[in-house]
Amino acid sequence: MRIGVITFPGSLDDVDAARAVRLAGGEPVALWHADHDLKDVDAVVLPGGFSYGDYLRAGAIAARSPLMADVVAAARGGLPVLGICNGFQVLCEAGLLPGALTRNGHLHFRNRDQGLLVERADTAWTSSFEQGQRIVVPVKNGEGRYVAAPAELDRLEGEGRVVVRYVDGNPNGSSRDIAGVTSADGRVVGLMPHPEHAVEELTGPSVDGLGFFTSVLSALVVAA
Amino acid sequence: MSATEGLSELDTAPGRTNRLDTVALATEQPDDAQPYAELGLKDDEYARIREILGRRPTTAELAMYSVMWSEHCSYKSSKVHLRRFGDLPKSDALLVGMGENAGVVDVGEGYAVTFKVESHNHPSYVEPYQGAATGVGGIVRDILTMGARPIAVMDSLRFGRADAPDTARVLPGVVAGVGGYGNCLGLPNIGGELLFDDCYAGNPLVNALCVGVLRHEELQLAKAEGVGNKVVLFGARTGGDGIGGVSVLASETFDAEGPAKRPAVQVGDPFTEKLLIEACLEIFAAGLVTGIQDLGGAGISCATSELAAAGSGGMAIDLDAVPLRDSTLTPAEILMSESQERMCAIVEPDKVEAFLAVCAKWDVLATVIGEVTDGDRLTIDWHGERIIDVPPRTVALEGPRYERPMSRPADLDALQADTPPSSSADLRADWLAVVSSPDGADKSWVTEQYDRYVRGNTVLAQPEDAGVLRIDESSNLGIALSLDGNARYARLDPYTGAQLNLAEAYRNVAVSGAKPLAVTNCLNFGSPENPEVMWQFAEAVRGLADGCRELGLPVTGGNVSLYNQTGDVAINPTPVIGVLGVHADVTRRVPTGWRADGESVLLLGETRPEFGGSAWAAVVHGHLGGLPPRLDLAAERSLGEVLTSLAADGLVSSAHDLADGGLAQALTESALRYGTGARLNVTGDPTAALFGESVARVVVTTADPAAVRAVAEAAGVPVTELGTTGGDALVLDGLLELPLAELRAAWTATLPALFGSPEVAVGTVPAGTVPTS
Repeated sequence: MRIGVITFPGSLDDVDAARAVRLAGGEPVALWHADHDLKDVDAVVLPGGFSYGDYLRAGAIAARSPLMADVVAAARGGLPVLGICNGFQVLCEAGLLPGALTRNGHLHFRNRDQGLLVERADTAWTSSFEQGQRIVVPVKNGEGRYVAAPAELDRLEGEGRVVVRYVDGNPNGSSRDIAGVTSADGRVVGLMPHPEHAVEELTGPSVDGLGFFTSVLSALVVAA
Repeated sequence: MSATEGLSELDTAPGRTNRLDTVALATEQPDDAQPYAELGLKDDEYARIREILGRRPTTAELAMYSVMWSEHCSYKSSKVHLRRFGDLPKSDALLVGMGENAGVVDVGEGYAVTFKVESHNHPSYVEPYQGAATGVGGIVRDILTMGARPIAVMDSLRFGRADAPDTARVLPGVVAGVGGYGNCLGLPNIGGELLFDDCYAGNPLVNALCVGVLRHEELQLAKAEGVGNKVVLFGARTGGDGIGGVSVLASETFDAEGPAKRPAVQVGDPFTEKLLIEACLEIFAAGLVTGIQDLGGAGISCATSELAAAGSGGMAIDLDAVPLRDSTLTPAEILMSESQERMCAIVEPDKVEAFLAVCAKWDVLATVIGEVTDGDRLTIDWHGERIIDVPPRTVALEGPRYERPMSRPADLDALQADTPPSSSADLRADWLAVVSSPDGADKSWVTEQYDRYVRGNTVLAQPEDAGVLRIDESSNLGIALSLDGNARYARLDPYTGAQLNLAEAYRNVAVSGAKPLAVTNCLNFGSPENPEVMWQFAEAVRGLADGCRELGLPVTGGNVSLYNQTGDVAINPTPVIGVLGVHADVTRRVPTGWRADGESVLLLGETRPEFGGSAWAAVVHGHLGGLPPRLDLAAERSLGEVLTSLAADGLVSSAHDLADGGLAQALTESALRYGTGARLNVTGDPTAALFGESVARVVVTTADPAAVRAVAEAAGVPVTELGTTGGDALVLDGLLELPLAELRAAWTATLPALFGSPEVAVGTVPAGTVPTS
């Protein structure tokens, strides 16, 4: 299975995402923001970082890069897409996911090992988990506070589109402790925490993050 | 008068209004008065420039010499002492030593590591966020310049009293700046220091370390060779920020009455630096450069003169080609500007096109500004006229050197005779006071603002004793780094204090299981024009050199920061020492925290009643006096070998070095890391046992105490069994009992109480911030 990892100018966790794909058993494929070429990948990861320095708004400029036009079109056709941190911000700015990520309530960048509750274990990226499973994955962001209009939040909750929620403390003031959401079809997922930093005992607080990457590999097997 | 005012006066001096000062004019009008004193040059230094050139310097030449001959760039007061590091025995591990942008050390398997620590003290006081941010940016470029990929940063920070109003201004900005820049570059912050003392109230210390990794064959050097090769300036445009930063800020004492110095602080753009890193690494991999230099202090003046001086020929630069942010800059300002995120490369003519293509791919601006010539002059033209024509070595290498007068501080005898208290009236209260003091308290308030995960190779990071990084995913080769600088010890005895700092960094690296390999340093002192400060500096350098000789470690490079004082009051001498170690297998790393119940807690090393310069004396008694702990480098070496061997054999589950705050501090940190208590029994004088700071000591936990004892005793390292892990309290039989909840509350509350709690109410969104669609 070929999983693309996009590098935008200012992407930082692209090497980590590629490593996570490899450790999960997939083949990471480097994708370049300026190319109109998805290289026939089976799924795409938008990694963390500060694309374009997060100038203007986090993710705003990257969302308008050439390759994102292809990603949006492919996602509307069912291509699994995972946006992590800055990647989540890009997906919201690109209109693939609802809501927005704003400056943390406490105004600080915050890096800690974060408890998460998996509320949807049937998306393309979370099928390796059990519904209701608690996992620990690092969170690290300065603009990770998820916001949407109250009616929008109600709709997301009603449709069960909150994929992961913060537990044991909300690190950034996100509305309703929302850490990640999915598209209506469960193929596009965005989350602020970093599953790619929890894939090895040696370097992570857990190996819980690996589940996101094994999920998409098995989803692809099922689809094939 | 500020440097910028001095310069504008230069260009409008009587008789030269609106007329460019050229080499021709300087020859024609040799007697024009020049404001060299305002640019920081002394009378005899100015006279020497005239002698070198055989005429008066032009305005631009004067600017160039003034920045390059500043204390910061020329090391004019420190050079005669720093020679001691060069006299150390040759080390096989050292691939590149002092004098280049950073030293390079062989770590095996064809890998080399380059690392260096540098100060950005004065800018961080003037403008905390940008000062600290550009401090990180500058040291990262030094590492990049060696051909290495930067892989991590560390920061060693010192501020005035934690509850002083100005600390509340400076500290949050510095921490946000270190984090903001490093996070955006994608470099994990793997450790450092945060300490408070009144002596830093008007002069905080911001020392940043960067470490990079490269293959041996990827090494790059900063020299301009090959007549006809092009000089390419790439990265950010040149602006008016940081003009005269090195001469104005780094080389002068702050004066409370002086003018605001904000214009001399640079402004950072980490996004541009990230692009610069990726572009450079691609350029290096394709073999497109013959030499490279970063632009930091003294900007284009420094890069061009150093590149030319290190090569065998000359260099011709067309200053009009330099892309500017501000078209009104004068040529002297362009030469002195310290705008960040710029590099200068020497490129063969037939590779220029490929070079520019890589830069274009990464949206990095790149411009050919000149070429290597066959003469021995550095010439710079502006608007078709020659404004600089100098021998580059006189600018970059042959700056002034001073043997400054030295004298032992007059108060030192009295200070050393003022022996500290040695008995605690209330062990439990003192314990809580030490671990909840700003120096002893939990540093999460700071470290949570730093990304420690990015790049996925961080094996250990703060609050561990050393940062540990994996270098190779297939072999698990890795490195460990620690930065330490106890200024109280150095104040009491700078010679021993520098060695104690070296010993602590050495021990911290060994505690993680690594074999110590090389040393870097950042020497922060007061004004060299004060003979007592100069004596402290010389003693610290002598101590560090002697310590390195005894431990068999090379000094790979470092940085000197002088003039750290406000008015007449100098900071405590603060030699910050960094030690690099190598891990043959990082999966064998040893953490500081206790995880398992029922393991034996052992103390390795010997405890004596030593309280001079201790945290306990400072926190509980407000006392600084006596002598620092007795140094024993032979014991450190034996202990280090024992620790490396125990780690390799997997015999210990944790190890924590004893330093500031002694056993009380170490036990607190090991217990709270994962919430595992212990029941322990200490013998001898309890104050010495808990708060004494005897060196060459480490606490380890093990499931096999007999095996650990055998390894330690075979190496002559004394072993004391303290007790067993388990429970939810630290219980010291017959002395005290500290429930972990109480201990944790005391340890974690301090910094948030001082600098604001970052917690927010869960799920609340302030009115007016909710998007409507």
